[in-house]
Amino acid sequence: MFDGPEPIYVQIAQMIRAQVLAGELAEEEQVMSTTQFATTFRINPATAAKAFSGLVDEGVLYKRRGLGMFVAPGARERLLDSHRKAYFDDVLAPALAQADILGISTDELVAYVLGTNGHQQTTTTEEP
Amino acid sequence: MTPAPFGARLDDVVVRFGTRRRMTSDGTLVKDDDATALDGVDLQIRPGTITGVLGRNGAGKSTLLSLLAAFTRPTGGEVRVGPDSDGQQAWEDPWENPWVTSNVQLVRESGDLQDEEKVSESLKYYADLRPAWDSDLAGRLLDLFEVNPRKKPAALSRGKRSAVGATIGLASRAPLTIFDEVYLGMDAPTRYAFYDEILADYAEHPRTILLSSHLVEEVERLFEDVIVLHRGRVLLAETAEEMQGRGFSLTGPATAVDDLVDGRRVLHRQRLGGTVQVTLEGAPGDGERESARAAGVELGTLPLQDLFVRLTQVDADPERSRR
Repeated sequence: MFDGPEPIYVQIAQMIRAQVLAGELAEEEQVMSTTQFATTFRINPATAAKAFSGLVDEGVLYKRRGLGMFVAPGARERLLDSHRKAYFDDVLAPALAQADILGISTDELVAYVLGTNGHQQTTTTEEP
Repeated sequence: MTPAPFGARLDDVVVRFGTRRRMTSDGTLVKDDDATALDGVDLQIRPGTITGVLGRNGAGKSTLLSLLAAFTRPTGGEVRVGPDSDGQQAWEDPWENPWVTSNVQLVRESGDLQDEEKVSESLKYYADLRPAWDSDLAGRLLDLFEVNPRKKPAALSRGKRSAVGATIGLASRAPLTIFDEVYLGMDAPTRYAFYDEILADYAEHPRTILLSSHLVEEVERLFEDVIVLHRGRVLLAETAEEMQGRGFSLTGPATAVDDLVDGRRVLHRQRLGGTVQVTLEGAPGDGERESARAAGVELGTLPLQDLFVRLTQVDADPERSRR
């Protein structure tokens, strides 16, 4: 777990964001405590705490005194919004750059997106 | 109740063992520095952290740790140990200081057990010594490590004796708990159980834990702070995150990677077909993350193990090779 190239606290934050985006962690649901995180993933509790404080600053989590960390209301909406914005830069731009290298024409790409290639037309992300 | 975690500070500490003075042929007196274990160490250990103490064989790790527990007296310099109260460091010299030594538990690789008595007798001894001793925890850990307390230490395997040491350290609940290569002889499942118990007990009972180990990869994620000793000196003492920031890697197409390297010193270079991975010193520059991504290059952190190896690589040292 957390074997990626980024610092572990960044990877923890990404995991929690992904869980909120996927709806695995519902709004107002409690997330694991730093202690649980530390013992489950065998990391220093301060590392988990650093991930959590970053997510609090982003408005993904909030702290209830004496109870722990919870998913903030509207967190999923905010994450969807920011991830949609980043999608073009982070996902699509590298894919298009690769298409360019491979000599795939814009027409082919458009045909693919529009589903005239036997694929379904892609839609924007829907609420479940 | 667990007392407040202890911190420690060393100022210009020198430790020499069996210093010899000898006369040279022209009649001048010289000191033999061969036995200098620590050589001008300045160091601060933050209360309440799990701090890793890393270093190659003979770097001075055990000497440093035994100073804090007053098992060794410094030849020069000052050692201070104690808790923070109201932001003040109420720290004292540990040497022949009952208040400090009763609150510091050093577990050495030898285990410091009473060889002629049952393990349970050694535990009783430590229970009397440590004000915050938790005998329930001690019993549970011996069960977990499958150590029979009615046996004598001599009848236990190396790994089981280490497990007794781990038990003593954890059950001591000492505000400064020091494990000096306590994992020796433990098999992998036992080591991981030991790490899990450290984290669980640390979370429940915050204190300062020092851990020295050669198995850097196994323990690096436990650390909040890291001290690296090299030849009796402090090479670095900082947070694990800062140490992580001492180097980074770039992985991607050779030309794109070389563009990004832009003349900087490459510590390490690996090539697999058209893909190259280089290790650079320092942290990525401003906007480098973005330009790397745009060029299809992945920017990554280095394991502490790699940084440690690079930092302590043997280089030509005439002082040493003369021996």
